[in-house]
Amino acid sequence: MSMALPPSDPDTPAQITAAAPAPRRRWANGLLVSGLLRDKTALVAAVVLALLLLAAAFPAFFAPYQVFDLRQISLMNAFVPPVWIDGGSWTFPLGTDDQGRDILSAIIYGLRVSLTVGLGGVALAVVIGVTIGLIAGFTGGIVDAALMRVADVQLTFPAILIAVMIDGVSRAILGDTARAEAAVVVLIIAVGLSGWVEYARAVRGAAMVERRRDYVAAARLSGVGSAGIMVRHILPNVLTAVMVIGTIHLGVAILIEATLSFVGLGIPPTQPSLGTLIRVGNSYLLSGEWWIAIMPGIALLILVLAINLLGDFLRDALNPRLR
Amino acid sequence: MIWFMLRRIASALLVMLAVTAIAFVMFNYLGDPVVAILGQDASVAQRRAVEAQLGLDQPLIVRFWAYLMQVLQGEFGISYRLGRPVVEVLIERLPATVELAATGMAIALVIGIPAGIFAAIRRGSASTRLLMGASLFGISVPTFFVGIVLIWVFNVTLSMLPSFGRGQTVAIGWWTTGFLTQSGLVALVLPAITIAVFQIAMIMRLVRAEMLEVLRSDFILFARARGLSEWRIFFRHAFANTLIPVITVISLQIGSLIAFAVITESVFQWPGLGLLFLQSVGAADVPMMSAYLIVIAALFVSINLIVDLLYFIIDPRLRARVAG
Repeated sequence: MSMALPPSDPDTPAQITAAAPAPRRRWANGLLVSGLLRDKTALVAAVVLALLLLAAAFPAFFAPYQVFDLRQISLMNAFVPPVWIDGGSWTFPLGTDDQGRDILSAIIYGLRVSLTVGLGGVALAVVIGVTIGLIAGFTGGIVDAALMRVADVQLTFPAILIAVMIDGVSRAILGDTARAEAAVVVLIIAVGLSGWVEYARAVRGAAMVERRRDYVAAARLSGVGSAGIMVRHILPNVLTAVMVIGTIHLGVAILIEATLSFVGLGIPPTQPSLGTLIRVGNSYLLSGEWWIAIMPGIALLILVLAINLLGDFLRDALNPRLR
Repeated sequence: MIWFMLRRIASALLVMLAVTAIAFVMFNYLGDPVVAILGQDASVAQRRAVEAQLGLDQPLIVRFWAYLMQVLQGEFGISYRLGRPVVEVLIERLPATVELAATGMAIALVIGIPAGIFAAIRRGSASTRLLMGASLFGISVPTFFVGIVLIWVFNVTLSMLPSFGRGQTVAIGWWTTGFLTQSGLVALVLPAITIAVFQIAMIMRLVRAEMLEVLRSDFILFARARGLSEWRIFFRHAFANTLIPVITVISLQIGSLIAFAVITESVFQWPGLGLLFLQSVGAADVPMMSAYLIVIAALFVSINLIVDLLYFIIDPRLRARVAG
């Protein structure tokens, strides 16, 4: 393999199978950064995403108002349009909603909820997927066949339907009130359980190749247990693939959460995510107050677009299956 | 060959059995069917009577067998929410979803395939870069947001198209169609575009990727060397060879179309299966949820099965490999 980046086609949706694991490259990080500096689109996406992550991490610093502090909102300010429309002002740059809440602030707090669920769900999917993939690939035989059968069954269903189903089950178990309180956790579980298969397949492929290598035999001879070999020797080889899948999955995860919240099965309006904000705003669309729904929608679009652009870049830059 | 087909069918049946088992567990352990029928204040004797009537006093495996038999006869119980037989409601809602999904897919194919071919042939040109940017946009934009923006522009601002419902429908036997009335056709426009956006982007990227892959191969180089015209190479040689993978993935895409139908139907209050499913989940209507699970699984599994078998019939190399 050459030292240079693969002459990859920026838009070819190559599959991430990780069948041939990438060699350990100490220079990978440096290459990534210089590649990012050369690719303008990816650079812009990275900067935008970094800003959004910062705003979500420190909402109190970025948001002009504390939208959940009842003393700071007044019905007198309801339905103020964005600043570039007649009647708007810089007091509320993106306008206000039906209760006089600043939409920019609501979006920043909503971003926090959306990203919490997205990142949490991806993290859960990674843990489940990598564990199952390592076990299946390393053990082989009946265990492997059984686990991959489960993965196949799950793959026949779109992730969003599985997430909706898990939400329905949680509703039947917990009841409406308890579920509403645990909404963030329920959604993280729904996103995590509906998205682990991709990771498991990639990791399994790599583990099956690695376990036949000499160094694994050497490690076994020197008394390292199966778990040790998996974590210390095989895991580092699949991390690149997991990172690429994870970035692409994050976009999907945020969309799943937003969709569930929009149809009323996700985060309740008391602690709104971007999807919830759009759902709430949707009821004012027909009466002309379009910004209440459209502004959070644009924020969501920018977030997912930035993640997908970055995911495309990472996939092409790190794709272990070089052409 | 028959051995391969039988194995494939057996594994499809196994998947269905697993899904039915999940539905059975949901049906039995989520919510208490006895409470659903009698209410909270029933006496122990009444409960016993109903349990015996429903067969809940039987061992688990007997009950699962009974459930399986019922499902095979299309017997999914009574909806908690609507108080009507689940099958009846499902059949009533089916045409709306099928017509929406079919129209959306047709739009996606008509736009997506030519766009994909174009993007592969005119690789690197400005218009291709624009197309690819648009397709990334199409993949990133949430379906429900497409619906909202379309409603805002074409209904609220321009008052051109309706934003909810199916319009007037005509009954043909048990099937109801919106294709035959003007209001039905007009009502279909926005939802069909909404459901098509993601699919257009997806199909376009797929066709382009497959096409580029084929264009790299030796026989295209050879065709060029023979001095064939560019158009002949692109369509007779390249596109023809992308058809099998493209058809496969597009048929698998029908599955995701069902998922997108759920969202689109919710935005436009389209009276189909998807909206029904969301309402059932919202009300924890367990019989409806398990029925939907089984019906959708049956649909997906049969599509997968048909695609696999078609593949096998179309591609002689596969047959030879299994036989040899």
